[in-house]
Amino acid sequence: MNVKNKDRENFSSAVNPGPFRGKTALLSLPGFSGAKLLRKNPGDLVFESLTRFFAFLLLLLVIVMGYQMLMQSWPSIHKFGWKFITSKTWDPVQENFGALPFIFGTLFSSLLALIISAVLSIGTAVFLSEFAPQWLEKIVSVMVELLAAIPSIVYGLFGIFVLAPWLRESVEPWLADHFGYLPIFEGAPYGFGMLAAVMILTIMILPIITSISRDIMRSVPDAQREAAYALGATKWEVVRIVLSGAKSGILGAALLGLGRAVGETMAVTMVIGNTPQMSFSLFDPAYTMASVLANEFSEATTQLYTSALIEIALILFVMTFLLNAAARLVVWSVTKKYSKV
Amino acid sequence: MKRQLNSKVRKIKSLIMTLLSIACALVVVIPLFIILFYTLKQGVSSINWSFFTQMPKPAGETGGGMANALMGTGILIGLGSLIGIPVGLFSGIYLSEENSSLFSKSVRFLTEVLNGIPSIVVGVVAYIIMVIPMHRFSALAGGFALGILMIPLITRTTEEMLRLVPGTYREAALALGAPKWKATLYVVLPAAFKGIFTGILLSIARAAGETAPLLFTALGNRFWSTQLDQPIASLTVFIYDYSKAPFEDWNRQAWAAALVLIMLVTLINVTFRIITRKRFS
Repeated sequence: MNVKNKDRENFSSAVNPGPFRGKTALLSLPGFSGAKLLRKNPGDLVFESLTRFFAFLLLLLVIVMGYQMLMQSWPSIHKFGWKFITSKTWDPVQENFGALPFIFGTLFSSLLALIISAVLSIGTAVFLSEFAPQWLEKIVSVMVELLAAIPSIVYGLFGIFVLAPWLRESVEPWLADHFGYLPIFEGAPYGFGMLAAVMILTIMILPIITSISRDIMRSVPDAQREAAYALGATKWEVVRIVLSGAKSGILGAALLGLGRAVGETMAVTMVIGNTPQMSFSLFDPAYTMASVLANEFSEATTQLYTSALIEIALILFVMTFLLNAAARLVVWSVTKKYSKV
Repeated sequence: MKRQLNSKVRKIKSLIMTLLSIACALVVVIPLFIILFYTLKQGVSSINWSFFTQMPKPAGETGGGMANALMGTGILIGLGSLIGIPVGLFSGIYLSEENSSLFSKSVRFLTEVLNGIPSIVVGVVAYIIMVIPMHRFSALAGGFALGILMIPLITRTTEEMLRLVPGTYREAALALGAPKWKATLYVVLPAAFKGIFTGILLSIARAAGETAPLLFTALGNRFWSTQLDQPIASLTVFIYDYSKAPFEDWNRQAWAAALVLIMLVTLINVTFRIITRKRFS
């Protein structure tokens, strides 16, 4: 008993060196709040508050961003109210602003791109996490990452000089000939328009959906795969089990991809044709929230005009904030679920 | 008999799905090759020495280069780093040390969310905070926008890299009597230095490729300028302007600038992959 107590004392002096050894009970009494500070190395205090300060700065930054945009867009919010998001008129001369065509263009292009991209990305993620041998998996993963690293402006350049002419001369006339009766393939084939924007966006959000889905699928425990194999399942049946486990994580990945697509600016601006109209035809030019900012912000002459544009930025901010927040929560809850197993 | 048939059907189905997933992977990587191919093809034939050393020529004249844009992009990245590196680095250190408090959880969460905020929105914020009070477009405003964009990536890689350092490193330092901050600064941080450094490079590569937040902050400039309170040129804005221009020579130079950007980005990314793969695995 004696020996044990001595051991304990030695141990407590090891974890709690310094002049206050043995007196911790006294110092940690309620009301003696200086105790913790006294025991702490002053360098630790400085370092900790420094790093905490910068972390706090990050927090502050997001709040300031939202607040500043809200303040600056107030004239427009005040004047147009809800009409701002339901009106189709965008007339800088008469100072009458409605953002519906831009919201429509953003949502239409992003959702279409998301649907195509989700199918391709999940297929690729299945290949990477379940089928591919390790060396091939590594190579393809690097390629996917490179695809994510190419600057948006280069996608745009590619869109202007390669994709749009190709669409105008080959793809769109062919589609019009064979499927022209469909309303989505109506109108003259310009090349620049919704189709080009959707294609570029699809390519641009592939990497993020692919890599997150792949990671989520990998986090599904092997025991589940082995159990399925042991019951005689084929490879595809095992994949289905993995997919059902990774379902909500893949949804999160898709939301992240959607957030990316909604905010994508340069590449879309360069190929979408920049015409504020609402049409379901993929051949028609359109406009998005991000591209109207890119095109008109530095030319906005009156205060109300600038304010209306900032309101569009605010809507974009809120949309992407919510999408990303939802996506993160979903992805985190899934990875946590499996890391506990 | 029926059972055999059933298993055959299942096997065929499995095979078809495997092939489909391979097809998806192919469709995903093909655009990379097409884009790289065109950028190389157009870029290599357009790039020359004067691209790096000369100033832009007036519209219609052929020749000239983008010396001022290279300089401008460098200055903008430098300014961005002044904001992005300290904030990102220190908040990353904070997050790696303070794991589970509500505050650090919400900072981690907001970092991820900030990472997804469109760069054009960050540009608008920089316009409100910097351009409106200064009454003019400036390199400072552009650098500010890039700095904000660099923060989340640096925070995240710093935190991740610090977490990869085995806990025994820190414990060994603490056991030798080092205070916590010394253990972090002199033992844990150096062990993760390579990873953090390439993370910073990665965020620089990302900032170098940004266009949208510069359009109404740094604006662009056809002349040589290194003044921080004046509009400044950048490679990406030049690509944007030159790609829309009706002059073939300008389009050519846009491709050359795109090639320079792509090479920079690819180089940094491949380095990042190589360096981080070997860490403590």
